[in-house]
Amino acid sequence: MEQLNGWFTELLSGNAIFTANTLNFYWNGLVTTVQLVFLCLLIGIFLAVPLAIGRGSKRPWIKWPIYAYTYVFRGTPLLIQLYLVYYGVVFFDGIQDTIFWVVFKQAFYPALIAFTLNTAAYTTEIFHGAIKNTAKGEIEAARAYGMSKPLMMRRIILPSAFRRALPAYGNEVIFMLHASAVASVVTIMDLTGAAYYVYARFYAPFQAFIFVALIYLCLTFSIMFVFRKLEKRLLAHLRPRGV
Amino acid sequence: MKKLLTSSLLGAALIAGVAQAQDTEHLRFGVDVPYEPMEYRTPDGDLTGFDIDLGNALCDQINAECEWVVQAWDGIIPGLLARKYDAIMSSMTINDERRQTVLFSDPYIKPPSAFFIPADSSIDTVYPESLRGKTIGVQRGTLQDNYVTDMYGDDAKISRYTTADDLVLDMDAGRVDIAFLDFPVGKSTLLDSKDGSYKTVGGMISEPEKYFGEGFGIAFRPRDKDLAERFDKALATLKENGTYDEIYDKYFKTQQ
Repeated sequence: MEQLNGWFTELLSGNAIFTANTLNFYWNGLVTTVQLVFLCLLIGIFLAVPLAIGRGSKRPWIKWPIYAYTYVFRGTPLLIQLYLVYYGVVFFDGIQDTIFWVVFKQAFYPALIAFTLNTAAYTTEIFHGAIKNTAKGEIEAARAYGMSKPLMMRRIILPSAFRRALPAYGNEVIFMLHASAVASVVTIMDLTGAAYYVYARFYAPFQAFIFVALIYLCLTFSIMFVFRKLEKRLLAHLRPRGV
Repeated sequence: MKKLLTSSLLGAALIAGVAQAQDTEHLRFGVDVPYEPMEYRTPDGDLTGFDIDLGNALCDQINAECEWVVQAWDGIIPGLLARKYDAIMSSMTINDERRQTVLFSDPYIKPPSAFFIPADSSIDTVYPESLRGKTIGVQRGTLQDNYVTDMYGDDAKISRYTTADDLVLDMDAGRVDIAFLDFPVGKSTLLDSKDGSYKTVGGMISEPEKYFGEGFGIAFRPRDKDLAERFDKALATLKENGTYDEIYDKYFKTQQ
């Protein structure tokens, strides 16, 4: 342990960039990024489930607005959405005096709103696709048992749809992690913001960005690991026998 | 005898001629416009600005007649070396890289930075205690960023923007309590264009050198050491007799 400590001090003393101070910046950035991404995914998934069910509805006044929503949010860059939410709201006269300003004054919540709306749109489409692909036989069997539509949705369609959506959703999580890098343009000190800071302060683009790239890689690997485990468990019945 | 007379007359004329030439020495300054308020054109097209006024005052001081030559920035040092003009006075920051090709006078100004606040803000000093809990806006990676990070990082929240425009937008929106900017930038984007809704607080800040650099200098050809020394002396005189302050106030004083 002492050896490790000495090794670490020596490692830090050899360079001017990665001091305790800048590492602290990176650490705070990591915390902010993880918070932001985790929260937006969590809220996003809760929004996406009812939206995905509604997206497949036969009633046009439910189906089309949801379609329009997913179309708009999947059809425009996240950066533009973030700018609109962060700088756009300011142009509503007098918003500073309303209760909304508590939310919009910080940079964090506008970013969270933009990210949530974005990921909810993608997740809605992923779930919708999975629901649509439910095997005909399963639905017929459920109907033969006399299940009502809500019950059938809850017991038969959604559980199997979630399982089928899992690999695609895992991708969406990783995409969202990477997309969160745009948060730094609205003054949020996320991982990329910290890297920008170190870059600007020491004029050292390589060290600053390679270090942050490594952190993103580690995060991505952990996400992949979790989803690999989940898939192994939940999709066990789809694997070929005897492997 | 006649020959001697002629040659002595000739010699006298020559000396007189040289003496006369020294009386009305003619100097040319290279300058790149516009860079408000350091050098720019009035609506009539005349050159004006801090550099122009100070340069003319310096020329008066050393009994020279000055002419300004407008030259684009990327060719401004080659132009000096090619003798298109004798000195550069165009907001040129003194640094070691340029020192290898040109000779600098003493710094005549450090570009000041200043804190800007909304006119109705309650902030009246810029001590770290009085900015505790406030949001300070800066442009990311600028010397202003480094300065506030070190001086106020523990007390205030620092918001770093990619461009000054984004910062101004958020200042208008009320997300930023106080901005720390290059004074000329803040003057044109906040003081002049939003007349009356912003003001400065805490005066001009251009120290310490660690953050704000060595300042702007007049650049000469390396062999013109005498000329550079005369300008240094003239600058010292102008600073003593108050002319310098007069010119400074004309361009950098704001109504508090």
